[in-house]
Formats: sequence, structure tokens, C-alpha cells
Amino acid sequence: MMSWQPRDFPFLDATKIVLPRSWMTPLHFDVLVLLVSTIAGLLGSLLGLGGGIIVIPALTLLFGIDIKYAIGASIVSVIATSSGAAAAYVREGMSNLRVAMFLEMATVSGAITGAYVAKVISGHWLFIIFGVVLAYSAVVMFRKRHEQITNPAAMRPAPWADFLQLSSTYYDAATETLVAYRVVRARVGLLLMYIAGTFSGLLGIGSGSLKVPAMDIAMQMPIKVSTATSNFMIGVTAAASAGVYFMGGYIVPFIAAPVAVGVLLGAMIGSHLLGRLQSSTIRTVFVVVLLWISLQMIWKGIHG
Amino acid sequence: MTTVSATPPDWKPTPVSEHVRRVELLISNLLRIGVGVSIALIAIGTVVSFVHHPAYWKSSKELQTLVHPVAPFPHTLHGVLEGLRGFDGQAIVALGLLVLIATPVMRVLVSVVAFLQEHDRLYTAITLLVFCLLMLALFLGAVE
Repeated sequence: MMSWQPRDFPFLDATKIVLPRSWMTPLHFDVLVLLVSTIAGLLGSLLGLGGGIIVIPALTLLFGIDIKYAIGASIVSVIATSSGAAAAYVREGMSNLRVAMFLEMATVSGAITGAYVAKVISGHWLFIIFGVVLAYSAVVMFRKRHEQITNPAAMRPAPWADFLQLSSTYYDAATETLVAYRVVRARVGLLLMYIAGTFSGLLGIGSGSLKVPAMDIAMQMPIKVSTATSNFMIGVTAAASAGVYFMGGYIVPFIAAPVAVGVLLGAMIGSHLLGRLQSSTIRTVFVVVLLWISLQMIWKGIHG
Repeated sequence: MTTVSATPPDWKPTPVSEHVRRVELLISNLLRIGVGVSIALIAIGTVVSFVHHPAYWKSSKELQTLVHPVAPFPHTLHGVLEGLRGFDGQAIVALGLLVLIATPVMRVLVSVVAFLQEHDRLYTAITLLVFCLLMLALFLGAVE
């Protein structure tokens, strides 16, 4: 697992960028991981992906950290960034608390499942599954999302969602109107959230790229509410798997400390910059880079 | 964008009450304080570690034992408390991580109380179930 061979990388010899570990002291490590995590948090925030999905390849590929410890460190940083962002969204009344609480039954169950699978599964498989999920997230991020103008599904019967009183309103600052929306397909949402929670627990990521489509496509919620509610749920989901990882001894304080502080710092800087990256050229570059990283992860899973 | 007129006439959105608004602000503050306290503890713990162990500044051997731990490190409540008694930096970091993990759990607990006050039995039950699942995660995690 830990040995590196140039032949492992037909795409580009990544061994050249593996940081020299022979001279690295705890001080070097802390400073470098803090720096890399800050960049990961910043990129995650600008791309709307979250820091975890970027920091795990950095920790494993650059620093040679065991993927299970990288996942443990990442899941803690996911709680920090999600809680920070959720605080702002909840204040604005953008999150739907009922939807969040209802779906958290599924995400938390999934997170416990995922964290358990991660404990027994081989590290090779974690690399491969991570690579695939990263590629999927990069593609989802790349596809531009449009606000739905018409909402035909709002007419369909939704006995479960109505019984659970999931429908609500939010204030749209852009159009200065109070927007009412109707939620449908509550049970489909529950199933999709269990899957999202499982990936979150298994890989130590927020898995917002799975949660947001479950709400805005399946449950027909407005994209702004879906994003805010997803953020709100990610913290609770991550707390469940972090509990399993912490008690199981996979969260090493020395690794988790600079990762948590760095990713949070990067996300805070990102939220103060001019929103998300809109330039399609830059987005294309990032998608290519992320796909390349995902190939590296899969390759390391097969040959590493 | 969805408007009320585009939906069936018998359907109305659930209005957001003053009480819900207050709970939302309480949750927002709770999340901020939780994250702030934990980051402070993590930073203090890291500084304490470096002050206590001069080898951390220049020994690359130390890093291998920290990053690929073979020796036990604080990862149980008992272990963290033991470490705190000895003012161990890594135990302070671990406490900060526990505060961070506890923050969303506290948020769920606040929601349980809020739904109870609203006499919303269905959501009290749903929220309580989420809380129990979170507790289960912590207890199951300790079992090997």
C-alpha cells in the first residue's frame, strides 16, 4: 500500500510530487497539511463540492497517509464546514428543518452503515470507490444547474409529504418574493438519502453532490432550499460516522487537527469571495484535474 | 418558480411560526459556538503539544509515530480524560474534536425540545429517533 512505483502512473509520474517524508518533522507536517487543507477548503467552497472530497486525495497521494486515517480526519472537517455554513443558512430561513429532520433518519442510518463497511473493507476498495464517487461529483458539479421555472410535479399527489407537512416557503432575495414550494416523493427521497448517507460514512465526505439532486430533482424542492437543507443535514450525518470513527480509533488527533482548521479556514475565505466560480473555462480545467485525481485514486486502489 | 396558484387548491404551505424562527436562531448560534470552541481547543492542543515535545520541532522519527500510530492515542472518553489530567496536547485536540462531533448532536437535541413545545408529536418522535441513532453510533463505535 505504501510503496510507490513510477509504473503505477502511466498518466503522469505523480511520484515526483510525493512530499519527501524522510526529512519531514511534525512541524513541517502541521504547516504543510494546514496549507493544503486550506486550499482544499477554498476550492471545495468555490466549486460547491465541499473540502472532504479534495483533502482525502491530498492526504493519501501527497502525504502517504493511510486512507482510513485520511477519511477520519476529513469527516471531522466536514462537520466544521457544514455547521459553519448551516449557521448562516438557518439564520436566513433558507433550510427546511422538517425535511432535514425527516431525511436525517435515513442519512444517519446510512452513515452508520457506511462507517461500519469502511472498518471491515480493504483500503484498496476505498481508493477505488472514492475515485468513482469523485468522478461522478466532478461531472455533476460541471453540469450547470438551472432554476426550475415551471414545476409540473407540484400537481401530483403526495400523501406522505403532505402528511409530514414538508412543504414550506422561503424568501428569495433575488426576486424579493416569498416563494411557496410543494415537496413530493418523500419515500423516494428517504431511500436516496440512505444511499447518500452510506457514501458519506464510507468515504468521509459530505456527499452533497448526492443529497442535493435527491431533493431538487426527486423531491422537486427549489435548488436554493435543496442546497441549504443539504448543508444542514451534512453535519448531523457526519457526526454519526465521526462517532463510529472516533470511538474505533480512526480519528488521529494529530492528523485531524490541521485538516479541520485548514478546511474550515479555506471554506470561510471561499464564502467571502465572489460566490461560485462561473467561468466555464476555469470550471473545465478543474473538472479535468478532478477526473485525473480520481483516476490516480482508482489506480492506487488497483496497484498501490 | 413554484407559486401557490400552480398547486392544487386544497394545498397550503405550512406557515413558519415565530416560535420556529426563534428555534432557528438558537440552532444557528449553537452551531457557531460549537465550531468556535472546538477550533480553539484544537489550536490550543496543537500549541501545547509542540511546547511539551521539543522533538516535534526537528525529529522526523516523531512524525512517523504520530501519523502511523502504533502506540495508543486518545480515542475513548476515558483516554481523553486521562490525557487532560496530564495536560497532554493531543488529548486537548481530541476534546476539541469531541466538541465538534457533539455540536450537531446538540442541535438535534434542541430540535427535540422545540417540537415538544410545539406539541408536534410526529416530529418529536422523528427527531428523537435521529438522536437515538446518533447515540447508537457512538456506542457501537466503541465496540470492536
